[in-house]
Amino acid sequence: MEQLLENFSLDLFVKQTILFVALIFLLVKFAWKPILNSLNDREEGIKDALDAAEKAKLEMENLQADNERLLKEARAERESMLKEARDMKNKMIEDAKEEAREEANKMIAQAQASIESEKKAAIADLKSQVANLSIDIAEKVVKEELSNKDKQMKLVESMLGEATLN
Amino acid sequence: MKASLKKVSFLSICLVWSIFTYALGSSEGMKSGDNDPVNTEEEVNDYIQHHVKDSHDFHLFDYYSNGEKHEVGFPLPVILWGENGLTAFMSSAFHHDDSGEVVVERNGSRFVKNHGVIYELEAGAETVEFDSEHHPVNATKPFDWSITKSVFGILLMGLLMLIWFGGLARQYKKKAVPTGFGRILEPLVIYVRDEIAKPNIGPKYRKFTGYLMTVFFFVWFLNLVGLMPFGFNVTGQLAVTASLAIITLIIYLFSSNKHFWSHQLWMPGVPYLIRPLLAVIELAGTLLIKPFALMVRLFANITAGHIVVMSLISIGILMQKDMTAFGSTTLSLVLAMFITLIEVLVAFLQAYIFTMLSALFIGMAVEEGEHH
Repeated sequence: MEQLLENFSLDLFVKQTILFVALIFLLVKFAWKPILNSLNDREEGIKDALDAAEKAKLEMENLQADNERLLKEARAERESMLKEARDMKNKMIEDAKEEAREEANKMIAQAQASIESEKKAAIADLKSQVANLSIDIAEKVVKEELSNKDKQMKLVESMLGEATLN
Repeated sequence: MKASLKKVSFLSICLVWSIFTYALGSSEGMKSGDNDPVNTEEEVNDYIQHHVKDSHDFHLFDYYSNGEKHEVGFPLPVILWGENGLTAFMSSAFHHDDSGEVVVERNGSRFVKNHGVIYELEAGAETVEFDSEHHPVNATKPFDWSITKSVFGILLMGLLMLIWFGGLARQYKKKAVPTGFGRILEPLVIYVRDEIAKPNIGPKYRKFTGYLMTVFFFVWFLNLVGLMPFGFNVTGQLAVTASLAIITLIIYLFSSNKHFWSHQLWMPGVPYLIRPLLAVIELAGTLLIKPFALMVRLFANITAGHIVVMSLISIGILMQKDMTAFGSTTLSLVLAMFITLIEVLVAFLQAYIFTMLSALFIGMAVEEGEHH
């Protein structure tokens, strides 16, 4: 302790205190304040720039997501349009087929009807011709049969015999 | 790293050179006296004691030729405030005398220098007389405003800090990132702010960075300068460390808040009977123990470092008989180089610890209590 006190010099203590306090004030004014202010400004600037970059990145991501969505929508729309077109095509073909079938059926039916009527006319014609022919034949036969009186009489008798009077 | 290596290699060159001259001197025969180099145990002890103290002139080294001692150095101004007002002269007027023999007469006052202290003789006294404890009896001590070796160191380092950090501050006006030497200083400034001020003080750190930065760089640079050959032991002066510790004390006392004092004087959460006892302990800690510890830690570490380095160098002189000149020189060189490297670390460490503890004490004083 005595050694410590002997080492202590009040003169130097006073000089050091005055010089050091002066040094603090000078350095604060000319060095620490401007240095710390500039460092703070710079750090703030870096932070702002980083934030801005982050924001830009987010925006970019949003934009990309939008693009993706739009692309997907467009693709879906194309898909649906294609499907619609295909459906329509199929339907048209189907319709056309149906129509053709109906037309054909109609034509067949018409043809059948006309065949039927032709057939009927032919049959009627045939019938009338057969009737005429049979009348002619019958006339000729009757003419032949009724050429004498006896035979006429006999016929009348047989017919009368057949005709039962009730 | 490169700079410190350079410094160490420079130091070792100086070591080799100084030991070589010692070896030459001692080979002529081991007689002690004023006209031969420092080569006995007592002389080495005196030399070391003298070296760690402040002095009135800047002594670089001695050399001996033809049995005569030549001191190389330069004088520093002596400024005294004594009986007859202000007196100023160069320290060379004492002719390197440190035992009170040379009397300097200026301005109607007579001055002598004894063990690094300048005394003013009482009126009529021609020579200084000492009592049995070697204190002068017929002289008073004037207030000493001299630019001593330590004051020279403080002024030089203050000037360098103003130039370096002022230059760094000016660089920011032109560019965002400093170049040259400023690029080395900037990370150090950021280090002190982010690793010492911010974590220990908290959100109010900005107000105290001025002091913390100044004290950190002042102590660190002066510690390093103390390690250099021909350097000065400023941070190993008790008066300097006491001044720094008391400035820390004043700062944390004046910035302390109600919360701090309520915990100092009437500690909540402990039994009422213990509270006065705790208050005494806390007050002793705050007002005495903390600044005292700051003061002694820095002083003792730096002084001890100087003494150890010089003792290891003196191995080269004192152990020549046992180990031959080559052996003792090699041993002292290797050990001194090793310790000097450690001292480079200690120089930083002590500056860091002083600043960190100052920040911690300030932080305790300005801390806002959690409102229960």
